[in-house]
Amino acid sequence: MGFDSGRAWRLSPQVAIRPEGFGALAYHYGSRRLSFLKSSELRDLVLSIGDHPSAGEAIAAGGIPDGQRERYESALATLADSGMIVAAGRAS
Amino acid sequence: MNGLTTRFERGLDAPICLTWELTYACNLACVHCLSSSGRRDPRELTTAQCEAVLDELQRMQVFYVNIGGGEPTVRRDFWHLLDYATERGVGVKFSTNGSRIDPDAAARLVSTEYVDVQISLDGATAEVNDRVRGPGSHETALTAMRNLSDAGFRDFKLSVVVTRENVDQLDRFKELADEHGAQLRLTRLRPSGRGAYVWDELHPTADQQRELYEWLILHGETVLTGDSFFHLSAFGEPLPGLNLCGAGRVVCLIDPVGDVYACPFAIHDEFLAGNVLRDGGFERVWAGSELFRELREPQSAGACGSCGLYDACRGGCMAAKFFTGLPLEGPDPECVLGNAEEALRQRPGPGPRPSPDHSRPRILNGSPAASLRV
Repeated sequence: MGFDSGRAWRLSPQVAIRPEGFGALAYHYGSRRLSFLKSSELRDLVLSIGDHPSAGEAIAAGGIPDGQRERYESALATLADSGMIVAAGRAS
Repeated sequence: MNGLTTRFERGLDAPICLTWELTYACNLACVHCLSSSGRRDPRELTTAQCEAVLDELQRMQVFYVNIGGGEPTVRRDFWHLLDYATERGVGVKFSTNGSRIDPDAAARLVSTEYVDVQISLDGATAEVNDRVRGPGSHETALTAMRNLSDAGFRDFKLSVVVTRENVDQLDRFKELADEHGAQLRLTRLRPSGRGAYVWDELHPTADQQRELYEWLILHGETVLTGDSFFHLSAFGEPLPGLNLCGAGRVVCLIDPVGDVYACPFAIHDEFLAGNVLRDGGFERVWAGSELFRELREPQSAGACGSCGLYDACRGGCMAAKFFTGLPLEGPDPECVLGNAEEALRQRPGPGPRPSPDHSRPRILNGSPAASLRV
């Protein structure tokens, strides 16, 4: 299933984020999967995604340049696939 | 090499993969034991000291710790420490020979969140396994696997050190894991600890390395490797994983007395970074040790500098070079191009021996290799 940037997403409650110089590490305690958030923009986006009514608006609010929006959407899609972020209103 | 790899090679604020050997005591005496375990060290960290380390790991946001030994379950406070860690969000994956994983323990484990179990087995058959791990150890491990499986523990790990004698059993290991709802994890035989005594005769041959690489590529991410075989990436496409030596950069080891080493395969004075008791805690050692600072500097490729495959294998494993007596700036002893073969042949004698060594006396007195070839 494609990633729907028009809907609301939030960080899975099973995920912990640890800031690092390159961005952050994200660890999912359920699947024991580690993901690398490869920029501080992506880290901030993931941490704030639950505050916005849609992923698209979170990206816009994150100061991501227009030319890079697609890249960030695809990064979020990958994180959604691995359960790091979950559709708001759904169980984790 | 991508930017992320470079960042990892410069070190992180906290390790990604932290191994903690809780005790040197062990009821087995595997011939290739990385930590030369056997006897408990009387200076072993107390329960309170272990709790203090876990408090620090929580503060540093170390997501999980790989607990091993020796046999960690022989510590009386093992279950307490397991609960103490997981209650603080520090997940635990522990390695065991299975001797204490009875049905009650299995039931307890399945009800504990954030705990993963790794059963060590080095032969799909008792004949192959027991020559390395000791009589009865195959049956013990399989009983533990059955207990975990019966209790409903899914995706525990079946952990295998790949040797010359079991490399043709990879499919059988995979079946064994599948039959028990477990996941197979393969790791490299290191010449570390007592492994120094048996590496020459047990490490896979050049042909076997190639077969192993192809098998790993075929199975992809369904088989875990702990990034163990990155030196084989020089055969072709990279294996799944970070494909770099993480020693002191993203990986380290805490030993039972609180000594911090660069990696689990480098328990030797040469790679000792500090001690969690004497040097003001783990975080201070991780951030401030001289050795770790050096490891986080750009490393010289040495003799490998002119090799077109250096970016693929990164010169291989530091510990494997050290314990086979090869220079650290140069090819891995199992370099897929065979670039270390001449140097290995010309070694004046055995490489560095384990220090410290907690082997039980009967192993020290006899030739450990002889216990393999009986």
